[in-house]
Amino acid sequence: MTQTCQIEISMRAQWRSPEILPVRAALEQEKKIDKSEIRFVQVYMLEGNLSSSQIQRAAQELFTDPILHDFRIDEPFDFFGTRGRTITIARLPGVMDPAEGSILRALSDLSIDATRVRRARKYHFLDFPSDLDLSEFAAHHLANPLIEELTEGNCLGNAFPPSKTYTFRRIDIPLEGLSHSELESLSQQMGLALDGLEMSTIQQHFQSLGRAPTDAELETLAQTWSEHCKHKTLTGPIDFDGERIENLLRETVAKATRTLNCDWLVSVFVDNAGIIEFDSKHSLAIKVETHNHPSALEPYGGAGTGTGGVIRDILGCGLGARPILATDVFCVGPLETLQNEVPSGCHPPRRILREVVAGVRDYGNRMGIPTVSGAVHEHPSFLANPLVFCGTVGLMPTWAATKKIHPGDRIVVAGGRTGRDGIHGATFSSQRLDSESEVVSSGAVQIGDPITEKKVLDALLEARDLRLYSSLTDCGAGGLSSAIGEMGEQLGAEVHLDQVPLKYSGLSYDEIWISEAQERMVLAVPPDQMESLEAVFRRHEVEATDLGHFADHGKLQLFYEGQQVCDLEMSFLHDGLPQPLRVATHPQTPPSSETPTSYPKNDNKLLLGILGTTGVASKEWIIRQYDHEVQGRTVLGPLVGSALDGPSDATVVLPIDGSLRGAAIACGGNPHLGQLDPYQMAAHAVDEALRNVVSVGADPDRICILDNFSWADTRRPEELGSLVLAARACHDTALAYRTPFVSGKDSLNNEFLTESGVRIAIPPTLIITSLGIVPDASRTISMDWKSAEDRVYLIGSTKPGLGGSHLHLKCGITGGSVPILDPKKARQIFLAVYEAIQTGLLASCHDLSEGGLAVAAAESALAGRLGAQLDLSVLEQETGLDVTTLLWSESPSRFLVSCPPESARSFETLFSRLKIPHHLLGKVTRGDSLQIRDSSGSPRIQLTLESVREAWQGRLEVLN
Amino acid sequence: MTHPTPRALVLVAGGTNCDRETILALERAGAAAERIHIQSLIDSPDKIFQYDLAVIPGGFTYGDDVAAGKILAIQIQHRLGDPFREFAASGRPILGICNGFQVLVKAGLLPDLAKEQKPQSVTLTSNDCGRFVCRWVRLKSCSPLSIFSAPGTHIEMPVAHAEGKLVAPPQVIEDLKLAKQIAYVYSDNTNPNGSIDDIAGLCDPTGHILGLMPHPERNVSWHHHPLWFRKTRLQKTSPCERAGEGMGIFQNMIQHCREKIS
Repeated sequence: MTQTCQIEISMRAQWRSPEILPVRAALEQEKKIDKSEIRFVQVYMLEGNLSSSQIQRAAQELFTDPILHDFRIDEPFDFFGTRGRTITIARLPGVMDPAEGSILRALSDLSIDATRVRRARKYHFLDFPSDLDLSEFAAHHLANPLIEELTEGNCLGNAFPPSKTYTFRRIDIPLEGLSHSELESLSQQMGLALDGLEMSTIQQHFQSLGRAPTDAELETLAQTWSEHCKHKTLTGPIDFDGERIENLLRETVAKATRTLNCDWLVSVFVDNAGIIEFDSKHSLAIKVETHNHPSALEPYGGAGTGTGGVIRDILGCGLGARPILATDVFCVGPLETLQNEVPSGCHPPRRILREVVAGVRDYGNRMGIPTVSGAVHEHPSFLANPLVFCGTVGLMPTWAATKKIHPGDRIVVAGGRTGRDGIHGATFSSQRLDSESEVVSSGAVQIGDPITEKKVLDALLEARDLRLYSSLTDCGAGGLSSAIGEMGEQLGAEVHLDQVPLKYSGLSYDEIWISEAQERMVLAVPPDQMESLEAVFRRHEVEATDLGHFADHGKLQLFYEGQQVCDLEMSFLHDGLPQPLRVATHPQTPPSSETPTSYPKNDNKLLLGILGTTGVASKEWIIRQYDHEVQGRTVLGPLVGSALDGPSDATVVLPIDGSLRGAAIACGGNPHLGQLDPYQMAAHAVDEALRNVVSVGADPDRICILDNFSWADTRRPEELGSLVLAARACHDTALAYRTPFVSGKDSLNNEFLTESGVRIAIPPTLIITSLGIVPDASRTISMDWKSAEDRVYLIGSTKPGLGGSHLHLKCGITGGSVPILDPKKARQIFLAVYEAIQTGLLASCHDLSEGGLAVAAAESALAGRLGAQLDLSVLEQETGLDVTTLLWSESPSRFLVSCPPESARSFETLFSRLKIPHHLLGKVTRGDSLQIRDSSGSPRIQLTLESVREAWQGRLEVLN
Repeated sequence: MTHPTPRALVLVAGGTNCDRETILALERAGAAAERIHIQSLIDSPDKIFQYDLAVIPGGFTYGDDVAAGKILAIQIQHRLGDPFREFAASGRPILGICNGFQVLVKAGLLPDLAKEQKPQSVTLTSNDCGRFVCRWVRLKSCSPLSIFSAPGTHIEMPVAHAEGKLVAPPQVIEDLKLAKQIAYVYSDNTNPNGSIDDIAGLCDPTGHILGLMPHPERNVSWHHHPLWFRKTRLQKTSPCERAGEGMGIFQNMIQHCREKIS
């Protein structure tokens, strides 16, 4: 007989329960004096034909650690009697909990036949502050009501709601006779995110066929035509102040790649990732995705599935690559913002950053992929629209870089099961967020299951090397509809949706088709390989299910229980999208607040302040949570210097065991420049991404880059105009640097409408990721100063303009001009730095970015635990610039290097011969002091390393 | 007939993720290493006796759900208990790294598989900071029993775990010390997790079963140590000539097997 039981596990009082730490921090944050005692209880609810001895064994042998825990069966812990209060939190039914599968597995190993398991957690408080609402406190700090149910007290409503059943009924959506506005409201009602023109194109198409579309057909069109999948803004016609652009992407980013025509590119812009040649036998695949909207609503799940998704892009490019590293960039609002200061429907930035880090951590670490590179940017306009960029690099034999589907190949879905999670993610991410998004889009939130994806990875790469499939792609936005729709574009496909393995019953054919349940791949398998493929996947405990086949009839045909529910022409699906002309105009720069004639004189205070800003400060709090050493490939990690706490410009890994050929990865981007000058913002992002990898030894002729445009609503001509300018900067700089773009991804609707109707739009933000080849990784150098007496040089030209600099940020100045990039000169500088590193002339090399020279010097000093005596007087004379600009300018294409005294002459000879601007600033000293003097001889900066380190290291502790 | 090259079983399950680099380290140290999935061992348990040593590598088996290493430990206890005990009783070395250490402890194979009445006497639990930590630590080898390192050896290697704090009742710790089963401690104030008495690794009373939280396989190559640049450039030697300090653990284990089989 089926019964349920509830097993409670609690840490004995003498041990420390890790779950309590964040609760204490939250209570402190609410500014309550925390006298409250807190106890945490983990709850496991089991359902099945269970004897009491089985339940006892489950509690004792599986759930309890004999050293740490006490347990109770069907009797809640009561720690505090009448003075206690309890909150119980559990995932909503239907929300993924990856632990359930592992627990069922362990129970079966213990010969305990549970049919279902569900977890919950309880927090017991003694003397909870009476002026604080417990449920509200829990919703703000301990749970996310979007995916979890919270109950005050001990009981959880219905632990195992009865499963729903589904009875097939084909649903037709009549469009005939509907007006433009009726079509628009139908689209909105169904959550399709199609506009009136697109809806009427569909209406006409089905009118000509003489029938109504089914819900599955409309959904398929909505997914495929979504901004997320089709990039219609970047690839559609634009009127830019009278100038016609047919296809922005093709005329800018992709054009640069085409013009450069580098012979080491293997596959660009066509697959799930860009692929470049690594050595004669191997290639590297790279992709960076945005996962902004899901991360705004459910930061942990959003960032986790963002990571999982981009890993699948790498698994699904060509015939699959092995992920060897991951990257992440986060853009958040000011970390000081409190819950009551954020717009309704948003989480405070601190919570967002803490949880997106945890999301990336738990996914990447469990997959065994080192997260080695990243950045954090802070800007008030990211308050309601945080940005999350997740990237992955993979290694593949070059033969696996191409794929081809043959008619008759079986369509196989492999990996996790399909549930109701993530429905409408693709269309949702193409819309603006507002305070209601949290309510209406809860289905769009996904939770990842990294262990399932790890098993898929293991099975897939084994099957790849046995050449058991002819093509594959990942199930991302749009689920099966996008994956199979894309794969079958040139042929046609026949799919039987009732074959798809489900997490639970009750899903309609339409839900199965568009579900964005994670950890799934779609493979095209020659019929005679099916048996071998199934055996490989079975061995890795991964489900692989035959859903149908690719057919040479040009149609997408779906069936459920033998009944046809979709019959779409592939040509209409992929080419039927109307191409409206979008209007763009040159953006106006924001009104410049008065640029002061003199800046604050206290440069010491400025430096300490800038070192403590989120963009500059140490990211050690984040980096140490990532397993950045797994796979054992790291040559230069994200933390460097004598105490391993300095900020590396880039990371270098060895993709091939036993070879010295390395790969360097880094990123660039500065949202503070976007509103001032979108063209220069983009040019600077490219330059920063390149100089980061160049400063660790990457060959400037072997670097590829990726773009991630995150913009506000580009239906506004000015926003679209700034996007055009940024894309043109990408083209111009890529061409001048001879650095091809290989892939990219955009996210174009990053705005939030508050309840009171205020629009919060993000600044134009371009993140560039760079992947470069380091021919001999043993030549790699780091950014920390190495020895006293080493000479310190500034390489590159400092230019006027402090707009968007961290100096302005600190002084509250919003306007100003951005220093102009000279990409031709920059390339010469990069080549010279490369040569200096290759010939072993340098002891350290650090790029100048946020905070300019002062910050770069401070970072090299604190990382090396060495001081310096630097002098700007020669620089002042030669450039004619004031000391403020010399200290704080964020002019691009500059490096701060140190050089052993015996190499100084060779260094100067090399740079003079190449006509590269370089200035000797002084030397590294053994002492504990960083000193920078101006021409008057007085120190503008005079700080102890201790104070520098303190200012730089504490920032992210606010996340504790 | 003995094998000229010791054969190493590298046991994996869903979520194991350090198997590749562990196999590389074993091979570099002179073993022939094979990746074996727990399920294929459950299907034919006698397979284990084809090997001269076993390693359970790091990772997140079964997602560390319930507790790190717990579910794989249950599988070993309940599906492979006898073959594992017999394998260990024959004197073949067993090494558990990180998640593998958590498995050995929770399956009762460490600290002493002979004490059957109390299958688990120590545990590994959440780090004091409450989070996953990846950082380099210094270890000091302490046990004269261990076949893996001579006592007094200093080794640097990274930790990467969320549940690495070793915890046991005070009497158990005292007993372990008396029995010289504390194989490694974190030295120079590098304890990353709050482990009692800085314990980083334990061995069994015979010294040939070892579990440790840090990752020796991540310090076997010239580039693994994050300060390789400083160590070599400043000494004007070629960086590639150096092997990592973690290599000794694998070499000693394999040497032990060689002596045993020859």
